[in-house]
Amino acid sequence: MKAIVNVSLKAGVLDSQGKAVHHALDSLHFQGVSNVRIGKQIVMQLEETDKEKAMAEVTKMCEEILANTVIEDYEIELV
Amino acid sequence: MKVTILQFPGTNCEYDTQHAFEELGATTEIIWHKSQTIPADTQLLVVAGGFSYGDYLRSGAIAKFSPVMKAVSEYASQGGKVLGICNGFQVLTEVGLLPGALMRNDGLHFISKHHTLKVENNDNDFLKKLNTNDLVNIPIAHHDGNYFIDEAGLAELYANNQILLTYSDENGNLQNPNGSVDSIAGVCNKEKNVFGLMPHPERAMETILGSDDGIKMLQGFLES
Repeated sequence: MKAIVNVSLKAGVLDSQGKAVHHALDSLHFQGVSNVRIGKQIVMQLEETDKEKAMAEVTKMCEEILANTVIEDYEIELV
Repeated sequence: MKVTILQFPGTNCEYDTQHAFEELGATTEIIWHKSQTIPADTQLLVVAGGFSYGDYLRSGAIAKFSPVMKAVSEYASQGGKVLGICNGFQVLTEVGLLPGALMRNDGLHFISKHHTLKVENNDNDFLKKLNTNDLVNIPIAHHDGNYFIDEAGLAELYANNQILLTYSDENGNLQNPNGSVDSIAGVCNKEKNVFGLMPHPERAMETILGSDDGIKMLQGFLES
């Protein structure tokens, strides 16, 4: 099973990189764009075959290291 | 006075820190992050600046799991004094010994320059040689120095006099180089034995190099 973890800054936390990219998109005349957020994606192969167990394990990884929950949120996708 | 300085792969301020404390008359020892214990005679533990583990994932995130960090947490929980400078500050927030987190500077640039800092609270071992509202000139050198803490956490910092230093201009008015909440440059824990700041007092030890204001700061630890 593959786990895809998306980590991004929390909604209330200013994302300066997202803001800079938004600004660049503006200068390139891409219109109708708002709320640009930059995050990181961590992809990993898991030996676990039970989805529930895998989810619990990856959640633990996120809480312990993959995300800093003071400033970041995470989403986990299992495929 | 015995000062122990932590060294991770990527730490680069350990020798400056050692030099600074030895100039002030302390004995020092640099210990590698694989060490399971810290020297028993340690009176101050410094997590020095640099780029531990290349800042991979997040600044300070991987250093958190170094073998020595367990001993650091134990040392701190027993009241031992810990100082984190720059990357050391980032490590201490990642470990949870200090509140908040450090994010990418809001201007996205690495900032390396002297900056005026204002002393916000001096009722602690670190800044006791200075007065509240004193201004010091200390170098900053960081990419991830944008201090974040949520509103509840910020209120607690104010209530317990945990804000050590803020960035200011030469007249003492707040100035914000990196987007930090309330221009915060350094904080301590509630118990006032764990200290962290982004600026580098160990690089401000000689007037010929721009400032010796770091002396008054670091000396606070050496005098009881």
